[in-house]
Amino acid sequence: MTSTELPTPDLLYSEVEEDLRSSVRDLLTDRAAPAALLARVETAEPYDLKLWKTLAADLGAAGLMVPEELGGHGATAREAAVVLEELGRSVAPVPFLGSAVLATTALLGADSADPVIGELLPRLAGGELTGALAVPLTTAPGAEFPATVTVNADGTLSGRVGTVVDASVAELLVVPATGPDGPGLYAVEAASATVTELVSLDLTRRVADVVLENAPARRFTSGGQAVAALDNALTTAAGLLASEQTGLTDWALTTTVTYLKGRYQFGRPVGGFQSLKHRLANLYTDLVNARATARYAADALAGGFDVPIAVAVAQARAAPIAVHAVEEAIQLHGGIGMTWEHPAHLYLKRAKSDELAFGTPGRHRARLADLVDLPA
Amino acid sequence: MTVTAEDLRGQVERFLAAHDTTDRMEFLRARFDAGLAWVHFPEGLGGQGAPRALQPGVDAAFAAAGAPDNDPRRNVIGLGMAAPTILAFGTPEQKQRYLRPLWTGEEVWCQLFSEPGAGSDLAALATRAVRDGDDWIVTGQKVWTSGAHHAQWAILVTRTDPDVPKHQGMTYFLCDMTAPGVEVRPLRQITGEAEFNEVFLTEVRIPDSLRIGAVGEGWKVAQTTLMNERVAIGGSAVPREGGLIGLVAKTWRERPELRTPELRDRLVQHWVESEALRLAGSRLRQQLTAGAPGPEGSAMKVAFSELNQQLTGLEIELLGEEGLGYDDWTFRRSEVVDFTSREPGYRYLRAKGNSIEGGTSEVLRNIIAERVLGLPSEPRVDKDVAWKDLPR
Repeated sequence: MTSTELPTPDLLYSEVEEDLRSSVRDLLTDRAAPAALLARVETAEPYDLKLWKTLAADLGAAGLMVPEELGGHGATAREAAVVLEELGRSVAPVPFLGSAVLATTALLGADSADPVIGELLPRLAGGELTGALAVPLTTAPGAEFPATVTVNADGTLSGRVGTVVDASVAELLVVPATGPDGPGLYAVEAASATVTELVSLDLTRRVADVVLENAPARRFTSGGQAVAALDNALTTAAGLLASEQTGLTDWALTTTVTYLKGRYQFGRPVGGFQSLKHRLANLYTDLVNARATARYAADALAGGFDVPIAVAVAQARAAPIAVHAVEEAIQLHGGIGMTWEHPAHLYLKRAKSDELAFGTPGRHRARLADLVDLPA
Repeated sequence: MTVTAEDLRGQVERFLAAHDTTDRMEFLRARFDAGLAWVHFPEGLGGQGAPRALQPGVDAAFAAAGAPDNDPRRNVIGLGMAAPTILAFGTPEQKQRYLRPLWTGEEVWCQLFSEPGAGSDLAALATRAVRDGDDWIVTGQKVWTSGAHHAQWAILVTRTDPDVPKHQGMTYFLCDMTAPGVEVRPLRQITGEAEFNEVFLTEVRIPDSLRIGAVGEGWKVAQTTLMNERVAIGGSAVPREGGLIGLVAKTWRERPELRTPELRDRLVQHWVESEALRLAGSRLRQQLTAGAPGPEGSAMKVAFSELNQQLTGLEIELLGEEGLGYDDWTFRRSEVVDFTSREPGYRYLRAKGNSIEGGTSEVLRNIIAERVLGLPSEPRVDKDVAWKDLPR
């Protein structure tokens, strides 16, 4: 069954990836400090689009997975994964997931000769244009092609899509829609749609309702290719999300260790009490596991081997670990962990909404059971 | 000049062409003398100072040629713990005398460390060694000694000075298991068999030439042994479903009548955990090969122990009525731990030892917390107290 020869994966970080990581981390340390994030979340501009510009254009993060001839950097999912790890560690409010991962990989699945691709992909890759993929954030890889948006006789689109990630700051909507010719992927200017931001559980990554009423649209792929392109976008996002979850886990562990070393009760640092040390040791063990599955998923996506299993394993493992790690961080911080002023809640909100994104762990386990032949 | 994988491939080929394999022991001795036993050891001691990462390639090349091996499973303690300790602290004479028969398996080793009163707190040990001219007279009791019943030699830690704090008064020796006064008694365990033993040492005479390291430096030497014990546990690359999960998954596929939704949830959960740990193991080995060993080893041992225990428990439940049976309670002295060829009941019971042997999960969690995460240690009430004054 699953014993077919697989290439030996590279589970480490390359020097180039480590360099990219330190550039991203430096930027986020300067520009996305916890206090600044907290101040921002309740303003009219919850997203930091200046930071996004720097990250996307100056550091080139938006075009990592795009080939050089289409205006990108010709890197792979491995590098994008490193960026997401750092974004998880900082919960920076930027639309990397919606734009650089979801919208971009959906376009990458089309024929690169299509004029829409030639026009839009370089702009997305260069960070000039921000995109979003009009599917609910909870859509899992392997789901049926959505039928919520319909292609009208005149080629415009009508329909409604709920909980679209990063849509409130996107200029371009990539919309899966079904018409008389079957499924297709369409480029729609966000200005011609009604995008209503919801009150999201995750304060640093928002979801929005998208309503299309006879919205002008350009189809860039259709039929089986459209279905495959959408599924590839969801699979890539699910696999890369494990790296963000690893970053969240790493933050939770590191922050809690630092806090417990400095917090004195009963005349000594509470981090010296065995009951707490063991919980942190368990979190470290979880982190080792999450990171291994996330690296494998990134390498599998980059190399195009074993992708469905690698992604299902990564989501089944890394997602609940991230939630648990942040829950532990809150408990071990005591009262301060429960306050609005401590950033832990931003991480909990991200971790919990990530757990639902692109399929819950239970859904990924069910999918995995089919893939590795563990029938009901 | 560094030896490369290429060089070693050539050496193995030439060696195989020049040596016939009819006499297993002659072949193994020659392999040792050619520096192809453990390539990272120094010249003349079975190696050639090559990078440690090249060893698996050499072993694989010999295995692929069908050459006899040194049955490493039979001498795990000798190869994994005694050899690196002798290499690090032994005299030139000790290295010459012990390393070759250890590697070939002519001499099997065991480890006389734990005592009834000193398990996780190994430095509390009470086995006394008293100087008598050129010899030491050793008296005490050791326990959980795996393989003592077929070992010729042991690594031994003793108390040589009870008047100083516990870590300072220990001395490390090699002990001849056939010497007068050494008595090995089997300890029957929950599986019904006896892998390990208690060892009684009654006025055993050990010449000073078998001391490893300086008098009073036994703890430092023992640390090297224990560090290597945890490296040895890391193991080798396994394919997907290569561990215990493969056995349970096979039963699941072959026996549809046993399936329930609840068991399936747990099985898939464990499948995911097994795959994650397999990947974490590959990652750890890649770090070692890249010359940047990470501290993940202790974490993986904790996780493996828990997973093995849950998975073997699930296997019994899955089997239903058959899970009520057991393959064989006959008392026997086992040579090696064999998880795969025995029945599920054995696996379930034997896995209980995984979180105790080679450092309990509790001790490993302390190690992760203190040495990896840098958290403070518990206050030590025994640190500056003479060993003889400690409560026990």
